[in-house]
Amino acid sequence: MPPLLDVQELTVEYFTLKGQVKAVTGVNFSLERGATLGLVGESACGKSTLGFSILRLVPPPGRIVAGKIDLEGVNLLNVPLEAMRRIRGSQVSMIFQDPMTSLNPLMRIRDHFVELFQTHDPSIKREEAVSRTIKLLDSLGIGGDRIDDYPHQFSGGMRQRVMIGLALALEPKLVIADEPTTSLDVIVEAQVLELLKQLREKHRLTLILITHNIGIVAEMADLVAVMYAGQIAEIGPTEDMYGDPLHPYTKGLLESAPNVLHPEHSMRPIPGTPPDLVSPPSGCKFHPRCPKVFEPCPLREPLPIHQGSRLVACHLYDQVDH
Amino acid sequence: MSSLVEVNDLTKYFPVQKSSLEAMLSRKREFVRAVDGISFTIKREEIFGLVGESGSGKTTTGRLLLRLVEPTSGEIRFGGDNIGELNSESLRRFRRRAQMIFQDPTAALNPRMRIGPAIKHGLDIHQIGSHPERKQETLRMFERVGLTPPEAFYDKYPHQLSGGQRQRVVIGRAMILEPEFAVADEPVAMVDVSIRAQILDLMLSLKKEFGLTYAFITHDLATANYFCDSIAIMYLGRIVEVGPREDVFKSPRHPYTVALMSSIPVPDPKHKLQRLIPRGEIPSPINPPSGCRFHPRCPYAQAVCSEREPQLEEIGPNHDVACFFPRM
Repeated sequence: MPPLLDVQELTVEYFTLKGQVKAVTGVNFSLERGATLGLVGESACGKSTLGFSILRLVPPPGRIVAGKIDLEGVNLLNVPLEAMRRIRGSQVSMIFQDPMTSLNPLMRIRDHFVELFQTHDPSIKREEAVSRTIKLLDSLGIGGDRIDDYPHQFSGGMRQRVMIGLALALEPKLVIADEPTTSLDVIVEAQVLELLKQLREKHRLTLILITHNIGIVAEMADLVAVMYAGQIAEIGPTEDMYGDPLHPYTKGLLESAPNVLHPEHSMRPIPGTPPDLVSPPSGCKFHPRCPKVFEPCPLREPLPIHQGSRLVACHLYDQVDH
Repeated sequence: MSSLVEVNDLTKYFPVQKSSLEAMLSRKREFVRAVDGISFTIKREEIFGLVGESGSGKTTTGRLLLRLVEPTSGEIRFGGDNIGELNSESLRRFRRRAQMIFQDPTAALNPRMRIGPAIKHGLDIHQIGSHPERKQETLRMFERVGLTPPEAFYDKYPHQLSGGQRQRVVIGRAMILEPEFAVADEPVAMVDVSIRAQILDLMLSLKKEFGLTYAFITHDLATANYFCDSIAIMYLGRIVEVGPREDVFKSPRHPYTVALMSSIPVPDPKHKLQRLIPRGEIPSPINPPSGCRFHPRCPYAQAVCSEREPQLEEIGPNHDVACFFPRM
């Protein structure tokens, strides 16, 4: 059986007036059923664009220019648009970052769900859709009695629960969560993460969790992919990645994050700033900021190399005799 | 260490905006009790963290400290002077000594003003030095906040800079008058993790250089733990716990502080989470719960908690907690 998701050589560019922004370049990864992949990196590293590409929802002027995205062996990039629309929601769905702008302020919660159910299955009766919605709201800790409320009557945390409900309503195989808790306060964030874990267990979900928060990834993910300047710098099992980061950027990212238990071992800055993706640096895109930079880094782009459980794109691990 | 800022029983209520129809129908005016009777002291050259979730009143407190909003009641003493009673001349002097570092550098900078003049502006307003001296001073500040070479940055517009660079401009603008005190409202909330530490380190080195005192407002406990000397935890307009950073983080005593601490994601996959997540969400500050404001969500609440409001009481050296049943 092929893996649930297999992404090969995916390249996405934004065709802007300033030039082509290489948001995602040559990304490869695959994901087994039931696994959670944490996709981490700083803003503009391409993690959200990668998430949107899987649903073929890259906003213009962005375009998927190369690669393939196999979902259970079917390349989503070759699927006709009409079929793709049916796949969205029922097979792959997305939990968006900002629940305030993702819900329609003029629609009751009830209608958000009824529309979703009826779009994907026109034969479903309204009453049936409503009763499924009530059941779903109960399982989300919202309470089915709030079905007639409007989004503005909900708090941020409750709105995010609604978003999660919409993403899971049709029991998709793969859920992409793009910064699902970024706009929430820490206690509400913890509540939403607990809910996600519980639902993941119950529906045996495969999850791609896009976040800049490496604390959340440590808690939720089996696998981590660290992205930098549109590429995966390193990918591997969470414990290995955190225990012994191979790529200097992974190490830098882990050390720059605040750690409430060990403040003395945290918040070490990475010098410099993330690159401009219209004209990225030559060779390895991280080399101008890298503490371990050496001769080949500005000259050649490092290819991903297997290193134990991991795949790392860094010249430090090139198979040459030192 | 002597104290620089003393806050006594400070409150700030904002009237709730109503439509004219609603206003006619009900005579009762409603208020958001953003800050509701808080007292604390900030010592000279310390970093005092005001930590809380949205709606806790931390930002309003910061604005009150600089008299950017007028309090409903209570007083704030800065270096001994009641800032509510300053006349225009002494207020002007106070404004030089106390500055604000804003959260969103994009909103805090005028998009049509070049960043050189933006940083220099304070010197112009307070008429410090001659024109060439002001420019020299500004170029020095560019160097100081890491925007080098200064000449290359002086004539740029904010949109030509990255987020981290813009935040450096905001910090430089606050520092140009060499203040004694700065309120920093979520100064790193909008910047990336790898840059966040750079900005905090810059703020630390400026503090050493100028002997600054900071009030650091944040919702991010991990950052507060890295940066602050003392921490006040706010909930619904009240301070529930205040003390030295290590004490508050290592042995939190208020159930709300305990809950906050246990909610923070830890970047260590081997870390075993023991979460104590309180029920529900922060209630409305228009009609806050009776007694202890946290009692409807508190797992340890008893009858007394809804009847009387606990006051801050000393529980360790400089460590105060407002709870009838503090945790051990």
